[in-house]
Amino acid sequence: MSTKKTISDSKDIKSFTGPDFYNHVAGKSIYVDDIPAMEGMLFVKVFDSVIAHGKILSLDYTAAEQLEGVVKIFSAKDITGENQIGGIIPDEPLLADGEVHFCGQPVLLIAAETEDAAEEAYHKIKVEYDPLPVITNPREAFAKGKLLTSSRKFQLGDTTAAFKNCTYVFEGTTEVNGQEHLYLETQGAYAYPTEHNSVRVYSSTQGPTQVQKTVARVLGIGMNQVEVDVARLGGGFGGKEDQASAYAAMAALVAYVLKKPAKCILNRMEDMRMTGKRNPYSSDFKIGLDKELKILAYEVTHYQNGGAAADLSPAILERTLFHSTNSYNIPNVLATAHSCKTNLPPNTAFRGFGGPQGMYVMECAIDYVAKQLGVTADIIQRKNLLKDGDEFSYGQIVSACEAESCWDKLEKEVSIEKIKEEINAFNKENKLIKKGYSLMPICFGISFTNTMLNQARALVHVYLDGSIGVSTGGVEMGQGLNAKMMQVAAKEFGVSLIRIKVESTNTSRVVNTSPSAASSTADLNGKAVQDACKQIQERLVPFIKQELSIGINDTIYFVQDILYVNGIATTHNWKQLIAIAYVKRINLSAKGHYATPVINFDKTTEKGHPFAYHVYGTALTKVTVDCLRGTYELDTVKIVHDAGASMNPAVDIGQCEGGLVQGIGWMTMEEVVYNENGKLLSNALSTYKIPDIYSVPNEIDIEFLKTEKDNLAILKSKAVGEPPLMYGIGAYFAIRNAVLAFNPNTNITYHAPITPEKVLMGLYSKK
Amino acid sequence: MIEFILNNQHIKTTQPSGSTVLDFVRYHKRLMGTKVGCREGDCGACTVLVGSFENNKLVYRNMTSCLMPLTNVQGKHIVTVEGINQSELTPVQQAMIDTNGTQCGFCTIGFVMSLTGFVMNETCCSYTDAIKAIDGNICRCTGYKSIEKAANILSNKITERPTSNATEWLVENKFIPEYFKNIEDRLRLIPNPVSQPNSSDVLPIGGGTDLNVQKHHLVKKSETLNLFDNPSLKYITQVTDEIKIGASVTVAAFEESTIIQNILPDIKKYTKLISSSPIRNMATIAGNFVNASPIGDMTIFMLALNAKVVFNSGREIYLKDLYKGYKQLDKTKEELIQEISFKLPITGSVFNFEKVSKRTHLDIASVNSACLLKLNNEGIIESAHLSAGGVGPYPTYLTKTATFLTGKKLTDDVIEQAINIMQNEVSPISDARGTKEYKRLLLRQLFLAHIQKQGVEVFNLLNDISA
Ligand SMILES: Cc1cc2nc3c(=O)[nH]c(=O)nc-3n(C[C@H](O)[C@H](O)[C@H](O)COP(=O)(O)OP(=O)(O)OC[C@H]3O[C@@H](n4cnc5c(N)ncnc54)[C@H](O)[C@@H]3O)c2cc1C
Ligand code: FES
Ligand code: FES
Repeated sequence: MSTKKTISDSKDIKSFTGPDFYNHVAGKSIYVDDIPAMEGMLFVKVFDSVIAHGKILSLDYTAAEQLEGVVKIFSAKDITGENQIGGIIPDEPLLADGEVHFCGQPVLLIAAETEDAAEEAYHKIKVEYDPLPVITNPREAFAKGKLLTSSRKFQLGDTTAAFKNCTYVFEGTTEVNGQEHLYLETQGAYAYPTEHNSVRVYSSTQGPTQVQKTVARVLGIGMNQVEVDVARLGGGFGGKEDQASAYAAMAALVAYVLKKPAKCILNRMEDMRMTGKRNPYSSDFKIGLDKELKILAYEVTHYQNGGAAADLSPAILERTLFHSTNSYNIPNVLATAHSCKTNLPPNTAFRGFGGPQGMYVMECAIDYVAKQLGVTADIIQRKNLLKDGDEFSYGQIVSACEAESCWDKLEKEVSIEKIKEEINAFNKENKLIKKGYSLMPICFGISFTNTMLNQARALVHVYLDGSIGVSTGGVEMGQGLNAKMMQVAAKEFGVSLIRIKVESTNTSRVVNTSPSAASSTADLNGKAVQDACKQIQERLVPFIKQELSIGINDTIYFVQDILYVNGIATTHNWKQLIAIAYVKRINLSAKGHYATPVINFDKTTEKGHPFAYHVYGTALTKVTVDCLRGTYELDTVKIVHDAGASMNPAVDIGQCEGGLVQGIGWMTMEEVVYNENGKLLSNALSTYKIPDIYSVPNEIDIEFLKTEKDNLAILKSKAVGEPPLMYGIGAYFAIRNAVLAFNPNTNITYHAPITPEKVLMGLYSKK
Repeated sequence: MIEFILNNQHIKTTQPSGSTVLDFVRYHKRLMGTKVGCREGDCGACTVLVGSFENNKLVYRNMTSCLMPLTNVQGKHIVTVEGINQSELTPVQQAMIDTNGTQCGFCTIGFVMSLTGFVMNETCCSYTDAIKAIDGNICRCTGYKSIEKAANILSNKITERPTSNATEWLVENKFIPEYFKNIEDRLRLIPNPVSQPNSSDVLPIGGGTDLNVQKHHLVKKSETLNLFDNPSLKYITQVTDEIKIGASVTVAAFEESTIIQNILPDIKKYTKLISSSPIRNMATIAGNFVNASPIGDMTIFMLALNAKVVFNSGREIYLKDLYKGYKQLDKTKEELIQEISFKLPITGSVFNFEKVSKRTHLDIASVNSACLLKLNNEGIIESAHLSAGGVGPYPTYLTKTATFLTGKKLTDDVIEQAINIMQNEVSPISDARGTKEYKRLLLRQLFLAHIQKQGVEVFNLLNDISA
C-alpha cells in the first residue's frame, strides 16, 4: 500500500496540535495528583537533610512515628532491595545511610494517613549531624581531586602547533550558572500494590523504564513486577529524565511494604531544594585566529558542577564536548571536561544537556576576540561557520550543513549592517538608554550520545471496528509527541486522525524504552510506529487484493479511510475492510522496532559518528537597556531555524518559541543561588524568577528553513525540542553589548546570567 | 458555617475558615481542573474567578485560590474551570487551542480562567487589559507568544460586548453557561454576616496574600477574623484636602479609584510593578503595612505621601512612626488598622515611585523608593518626602535626606550631598535579591530617577559619581 497521497499533506493535519489540547483547556487532562485517590491511600513525605555534608550521628523518630495518623517512618534499613538509585554510576542512595552529601538529600520517609499528620511528624523528627567541609565550587572540587567520573578530552589537529601560526591569541575565563527546571507540575508518583508481589506506579517521568528499573532495584523484585504508567507530564525539560525515579521509588516502597496505595508529591519548595538543576560550568578558553579572522585553534577546559552524585552528569559532560565549538569550523581543537563532585543536589539533564554550556564559552571567546580587535562578533561568527566536508572535533564529517544557509537567509531579510548603523545612531542620540544586538548561530547534534539508547518500540493495534490504538515508549510532556505519532500512523494507514488514539506510556505494553529526551523522541518512536504500521499493511494489502479481486500489480492505498485502486477512489472503506479482515483472521496488531542506523562512537578514541544529523539555525536579538535603572527589555528576536520538512509547523513553532524563552530566562533573570553552606537561597517562585508574559521579547519572528534533504528525521521533519533553547544565548550578548555602549570601560565579566544587578554594576564599574 | 456558590452548586460548609479555597475545591470537592503549582500565589495554576458585590453590582475577579482563605468566600460565587465548561469549548478555550496556547497544559486552566475573567469584566476591553489579566499566570512551555495571540483574538471578540449588563451576551456567546444568569439573585439570598472579633485569639486576615504564603499551617488551624469583606473598611473618599482609605481597600481597588487617578495620574504605571492582577485583587493596603516587609511597595508608596494610620482604638500615627525594627510595629496585638489617610499633595508637587527587581513584574523589589517633592517658582524645594525599601530592616522614611533637601535648590552639588546623606541613612544587607553594594548603587539610581522626573538632567551626575 503506497502512502504517496494522504491527508497528512493537506493543511488540516499539519496544524493539528494534538488530541490532548481539548482536555487541557477544559481542565480534563489527568496528571499524577489528579488520579482519583483510592481508599486507604497514604501520603508520603520526605524528611531531608538541612546540612550539605556531614555524618548522621543519631536519628530519632520514635515520637514522630507514634503520632496519630502516622503509619510508619522508613529509613535506609527499611529498604527491601538495594538502597541505590544511581542511573549511570551507582553512587546515590535513595535514603541517606550514615552520611549526607547535599542539603535536601532524602533521609527518611514518613508514611501517614493525612498530609497534616505527615507534616506534624516531620517537625518531630530529631537528627544530629557531625558537619563535614562543604564544597560548592567545581574548581575547588577539582583541586581536591573530587571527580564524579573520569575526565574526557576531545582532540582534533594540533592546537599547540596551530597557536604558533596565529596572528591573534586570546585567553579568558567564563562562568555559567545552573537553571531550575520549574516544570509547573512538581515531581511526584502514585503507587499501589498489585497481585503477585507487584506494584503499579503512576509517575511523572520522562523515563518510564528508568523508573521501572529503579523501583525494581529498590524493592528487590523483577522488572516484570513493576508496571509504570505515564499519561503525560506537566512539563519535564530534562528534570524528570532521571530524577523522577527517586520519588516513584519512594511511593512504590511504601505501597509495597505497607500494602496500601501511596502517593508522594513534592511541594514546590521541596522540589526546588531536593532536585538537581542544569549543571553550572566554569571554563577556561584559549582561542587563536589568523589575520583574516579565521579561527585556527581553540582550547577549552570545562569544570562541570555535577553536584553530590553522578546522575546524568557524565553524559551531559560528553555533550558539552560535542558542542564546544558550536557552529564553527575549527581545524585544531583541544576540549577537556571534568565532572566535579560538589555538595549540591545532583545536577541533571536540562534541555540542551550540556550543549548550551559548551556553546556559551565558544561565544564568549569570539566576543572577547571581537572586543579586543574592535570588530563586531558577527564578522568573526560568519567567517567561521561550518560547511559540508568540515570535520567536528569528534571525527564526524559535516554533511547536509545548513549553518550558512540559515545565517544568509536571515541576513537577506534584515541587513546586519543597517542594524548596526541604526543602533549606533540611537546610542549616540540617547545618553541613558542604549541598544544592543547580537547574532547567535547554533548547531545541535541529534541522537542520544549513548548509542545504545537510540532504539525504540511501538505497539499498534487495529481494533475490529477500525479504530486504532498506538502505544510507544515516548512520553507526552507538551512537546506534541502524541500529535506527531497520530500523524505518522494516519499517514501510514491513510486513515483520518479521529480513528487514532495514542495510549498512555506503559512499561507492560512497550518495554525497555529510552527516556523521552535528546530531542529524539519523535524520530525514534515515530519510526517504530511506522514499522508497526507497515507490518500490518503488509498483511492487509494481499488480503484486500484477494478479497476484492484486485490484481497483484495494482497499487492500492487509503486516503481519509477511502480505498484507492491505481489512484481511483472506490466505494470500499477502512472500517468495512478491517471488519472483514478480522473475520478472515488477519493479524491486526504489530510491534514495531527501530534502531538508528549509521551512528557509532568510540569512547577510547573519542571519535565516531555519534549523530544521525545536525540541526542548525541563527538568531538575531535586539535589546534596550535602561542605563539609569540597569533594567532591560528584549525588543526583537528573529530566527531562521532549520526544521527540515516540518511535519507539524504549529507544534514546531511552539517548541522554538518556548525553547527560546527558556534560554533567554537562563541567560538573563534565572539565578540559582546557593550560599557557601550549600543551602539554596533561590528556593521558591518568589526568589527564583522565570520569564513572565511581560519579560518575553516584544517580537519573536521564527522562520523555517524548509529543506527536503534526505536525513534520518521522521518524515524528514527535524528534531526541534532542544536546539531553540540555545538561541537564548544571544540575549546575553545583546545586553552585554548595550552595557558596553554606555560604559566601554566596564569590568563586566563573562558570567551568565546577566541579571539587572550585573547590568547595573557593569554600567557603573571601571576596569 | 460558610455559605457560598461553587460553580452551579450551593455550598454550606463547616470546613475550617482558614483553610484555602484551593484545598476545598480540589481535595474536598475533587474538582481537579484547578492545579497546584506553588501554593504561594506566584504561578497562577490555581486561578479561580470570584464573583462578589461591589457597589451592589456583581463583579468577577481572578484570584489565586491557593492563598484565599475560605472565610473570604462567604456570600460569593467561586468559579473553577468546571463551572465554565459547556458541551462545546468556550471562545476562550477555543482561542487557546487555535493559537496553540497550550503545550503541557498544566498552566492552561489558569490562563483560561484569567482570560474568562477578562471577558467578563465590563471595564476591560483592550488587548493591554487582556494581557494584564494574565500577568499572574506563569507558563514554562510556550514562551507566551501564542497566548498573546489568544488574548488578541479575545480582545477583538469583546468589542461587540454591551457596555453594561453583559451577562446575557456572555451566555449567548457561550463564554459562560446559562446558570450564570441566576447567580446574582441566588447570591443575594445568602446572608452576609459581618464577622466580629469574639475573642482576642482570632487571626485578623485581609486578602491572605502574606499570611498564607508565610504561615499557611497556622492560618489553617486558626479562627480567622475576616477583614477583607468588612464593608466598613472598604472605601476611598476625599474629605476637603484629605484622602481617606479603608484598611481593606485592595491594591486593585486603589488603582481603579477615580479619586486616586485624579491625584496620581500615573497610578496604574506604578501598580503594574506591584505583584500581579490576581494578587492585587486580594492584597489589602493595611495588610501590606502590617506585614512590614522591608520592601512593601504600598508602604513605600504611602510613606512618601506621608500617610497616617488610624487604629480601631482611635489612635492615630504617621505611617513612618509605625516601624520600630524588623517586623516590629508600634501597634498592640489587638489594634487593627481602620483607616489610612493622607493630605492631598500640594498643587505643583511631583510624585514618583520606582522599583527595580530581578524580573520587572511580579517580583519583590531589590530596592524600591517613592518621592514627593514640591518646588516653588524659584526652584527651591518647599517640602520633601522620600522613602526607600530593601535598604534596611523595615520600609524606611528617609528623614535626614528629606530634611536636608527642604529649602534647597536641586543643584548637582545638593543632589550629591543628598545622596551621601541617604547612603548614611540606610543599611542594606546581601541576600537573594542582591548584594548590599548593588542595593546602595540602585538606591542612588532610583533617587536620580526621582530627580529626573522633576525635569532635571541627571546624566552628568552619573559620570561624576563613581560606584
Ligand atoms: C505572588 C505575590 C506577589 C507579591 N508581590 C508583592 C509586591 O510586588 N509588593 C509588595 O509590597 N507585596 C507583594 N506581595 C505581598 C502581599 O501581597 C502584600 O503585602 C499585601 O498587601 C498583603 O495584604 P493582605 O491583605 O493579603 O495581607 P494578609 O496576608 O491578609 O495579612 C498580612 C498581615 O496583616 C495583618 N492585617 C491585615 N489587615 C489588617 C488590619 N486592618 N489591621 C491590622 N492587621 C491587619 C494580618 O493579620 C497579617 O498579619 C506579594 C504576595 C504574593 C503572594
Ligand atoms: S498554586 Fe501557584 S499561584 Fe496558587
Ligand atoms: S503549557 Fe506547560 S506550563 Fe504552560
